[in-house]
Amino acid sequence: MSRLLRNAVVLLVLMTVITGIIYPLAVTGLAQAMFPSQANGSLIVNDGKPVGSTLIGQSFTDPKYFWGRPSATTPQPNNGTSSTPSNQGPTNPALTDAVKQRIDALHAADPGNTAPVPVDLVTASGSGLDPEISPAAAAYQVPRVAKVRGLSETQVQAMVTMATTGRQFGMLGEPRVNVLKLNMALDGH
Amino acid sequence: MTTFDFFQVVLYLAVLLVLIKPVGDYMALAFAETPNRVNRFGAPVERLLYRLAGIRADEQMGWRRYAIAMLVFNMAGMLAVYVLQRVQHWLPLNPQHFDNLSPDLAMNTAISFITNTNWQAYGGENTMSYLTQMVGLAVQNFMSAATGIAVLLAVVRGFTRRSANSVGNFWIDITRSTLYVLVPFSLVIALLLSSQGVVQNFKSYVDVPLMQNTTAVETVKDAAGNTMKDAAGKDMTKESVVTTQTLPMGPAASQIAIKQLGTNGGGFFNANSAHPYENPTPFSNFIEMLAIFLIPGGLCVTFGSMVGDRRQGWAILATMLLIFVPLAYGCIGAEQAGNPALHGLAVDQQASALQAGGNMEGKETRFGIAASGLFATITTAASCGAVNTAHDSLTPLGGLVPMWLIQLGEVIFGGVGSGLYGMLAFAVVAVFIAGLMVGRTPEYLGKKIEAHEMKMASLAVLVPCALVVICTAIAVLTPAGVAGVGNPGAHAFSEILYAVSSATNNNGSAFGGLSANTPFWNVLLAVCMYLSRFMLAIAMLAMAGSLAAKRHVPPSAGTLPTHTPLFVTLLACVVIVVGALTFLPALALGPIAEFLMSVR
Repeated sequence: MSRLLRNAVVLLVLMTVITGIIYPLAVTGLAQAMFPSQANGSLIVNDGKPVGSTLIGQSFTDPKYFWGRPSATTPQPNNGTSSTPSNQGPTNPALTDAVKQRIDALHAADPGNTAPVPVDLVTASGSGLDPEISPAAAAYQVPRVAKVRGLSETQVQAMVTMATTGRQFGMLGEPRVNVLKLNMALDGH
Repeated sequence: MTTFDFFQVVLYLAVLLVLIKPVGDYMALAFAETPNRVNRFGAPVERLLYRLAGIRADEQMGWRRYAIAMLVFNMAGMLAVYVLQRVQHWLPLNPQHFDNLSPDLAMNTAISFITNTNWQAYGGENTMSYLTQMVGLAVQNFMSAATGIAVLLAVVRGFTRRSANSVGNFWIDITRSTLYVLVPFSLVIALLLSSQGVVQNFKSYVDVPLMQNTTAVETVKDAAGNTMKDAAGKDMTKESVVTTQTLPMGPAASQIAIKQLGTNGGGFFNANSAHPYENPTPFSNFIEMLAIFLIPGGLCVTFGSMVGDRRQGWAILATMLLIFVPLAYGCIGAEQAGNPALHGLAVDQQASALQAGGNMEGKETRFGIAASGLFATITTAASCGAVNTAHDSLTPLGGLVPMWLIQLGEVIFGGVGSGLYGMLAFAVVAVFIAGLMVGRTPEYLGKKIEAHEMKMASLAVLVPCALVVICTAIAVLTPAGVAGVGNPGAHAFSEILYAVSSATNNNGSAFGGLSANTPFWNVLLAVCMYLSRFMLAIAMLAMAGSLAAKRHVPPSAGTLPTHTPLFVTLLACVVIVVGALTFLPALALGPIAEFLMSVR
C-alpha cells in the first residue's frame, strides 16, 4: 500500500509539472510570440492606452450610438468581471417583461420607427459581453443614428458595412456588426 | 430550420469523420503494449517518470489493484485541488487578490474536477486565481480524462486477454494517455484558439474607459448582510456611475483546449464558451466542437483496432450517430422556431440573410442558432458540459434534448473513455437481451457473458439512473433544494432535474438560473458526482477482471454478430428504452409540461 501511495503522489506531482506548469508556459510563450494581440485581449489602443477590446461589448443607451445586445450582468450591464446570461426560461414572465421594456426604450429613442425589432436587439446575450449585433439589428438603428447625428442614412449605412463581418470562411457562424468599432468610427476615432 | 442550419451539422460531421480514423489509429499505436514508432518516441520520458515515481513498468495489475490505484490517484488529486483553493489567497499568480474558497465550495469543485464533471458553482473570473486554474483545475482536466481512457483500456483488455489475471497497469495507462494524446493535441488546439482571440497571459485585469458611462444598481445591505427594504417593502437600491470597464485576463487558451478535448467543460470564465475571450469566433467555436468529439469518436476506432475487428468499433460509432443526428436537428429546429411568448410583441424572430432569428435569448450573435444548438447537443451527448449558449433559456423542447442526452448515461460519444466503457455496458445488456430471445448464452467479442458480467453491466447502467431519480426527489422535497431556483413554474423543476442529471452523469453543464453555491447543493451534487463516476468505473473494472480470466469462444452459427445494422439498431433501442422508461415521467413534469403551456 505504501508503494501505491508513493506511486500516486509522485506521479501526480510529475504530471502537475508537465500539464500544470510546462504545458501552459509553452502555450503562453508560443501564443505571445505568434499572436501577441489576440493573446492579450484584442485590445484597441489609442495613444498607447487601451480604450476597449474588439471582443468585449460596451453598453450604449444614447440615441446617437448604435446599441448592442442587452446584457444581464450585474451590478452594471457589460460588467467585464462578471460574465453571465440572464438564465431566464422561455416561459418566464420576467423575460417577456424585459423584452417589452427594451422595445419601449427603442421606440422612445426613435418614435417614428414601427418596423418589428430584430430579436437579437431585445434579448440578452449568452455572456453579457457580446460585442456584436446582427446586420438586421444595425439596419433597424441606421435611421435613428443618422437623424440624431445629422448624417445621411447612406453615410451611416456605409460605416455599418465597414464594421460588418460575414460568415467566417463563408460557411461558419453568422454575419455580424461590431458595435464598439462602429460607434468609435461614428465619433471619428 | 433553415438550409444553413441543415448544412452546419453536415459540415461538422464530415470534418469529424475525416479526423476520427487517423486519431483512432494513432491512439491504438500510443496504447499498444509492443514498441512502435509512436511510443518509442516518448520512451525515455516515460522511463524517467516511472523511475522517479517508483513505478514498475513491467507490473501487471489485477482489476482490484487497478481500481485501488485509480481511487488513490484521484483521491490525491482531489486533496491537492481542495487545498489549493483553500490557500490560494496566500499564493502567487493571484493578481486580483481573490480570497480562499469556502470549504463546501472547494470540496464540490475538487470532486467536480477529478470526476471529469466540471460542475461549477463559482464564476472563474471573480473567484479563482491563475495558479488555482492552471496548477489545480487544468491538471485535473488532464488527469480525469486520462483516468477515463485508462479504465476503458482495462475494459477492452478484458475482452482481448485470454485466461489472464490482469487488466493492465494503471500508471502506464494514464501516463501514456497524457503524454501521447492529451498534451500534444491540447497544445495544437490551444494555439488555434489563441489565434482567434482566446487570451493567454499572466497579466492583471485591464481597465478601459467606457465610451458612454453606465449605471451600476446595487441593493443596499445592512450590517448583517441582509437586503434592506424601503417603506413599500421593495429592496432598497443605490445607483452609482460607472466610467470604466475591467477586462479579465489569464492563461485561458491552454485550459480551454483541454477543457474541450478532455470532455471536462469547466469554463475559465463564468459564461464558459459563450464568453468572447473563451470562444471569440465561429472558427474557434468549430474547433471547440470538434475537440469535444475527437477523442470519444477516435476511441471507437482504437477499440475496433484493439479487439482485432474494426467493424466492432464502427458499429458502436454508428449507434452513437444514429441517436445523435436526429437530436441535433431537433434542438436546432426548436431554437430556430423561436419563443412563442414573444409572438405577440413587435419582435422579428424570422431567419433572413441579415439575422439568424429564432430564440436568441442567452445566445451570442456570432453563433446564432445553428452553431449554438449544435454545440448544446454535442456538449451534452459527450459529457463535456462546456456551453456557448444559456441552456436555461433554451425553448422547452430545445432544452429537453440536452437534458435527455445527459440522462441517457453519457454514452452518445460520452466522456473521454467513460463514454465508450458506458456504451460497452449497454452492448453487454443488448447481447444478453438478444441471447434471451434465442435461448443461448450470450457472447460479446469472443467472451461468454454470464451472471457476473450482467450484474456489473446492470450496475453500470442503473446506478446513474437511480441516483438521478432519488436525488432529484430529495432536492424537490427539501426547502434548501427549491430555494435556489431561478425561474417559476415547470421550468423550476427542470432546473433541479437538470442539475442532478448533469452532476450524476458527470456532464457539468447547468440550467444556470439555479443558485447552486449553497451548502445543500454543493454537498448533494458532490455526492452524486463521486458515487456515479467511481461506482461505474469500478463495476466496469470488475467486469473486465472476470472477462479477462475467461477463455476465448470462437464464433459459431448461434453467435449474434455485433457489427451488423441489426445489432446497431438493437443497441440504440436498448439505450433509448432505458433512458425513456426511467426519465419520461420526470421529463413530463419539466420540459414537456412547459412546452404544452407555451403553445397553448
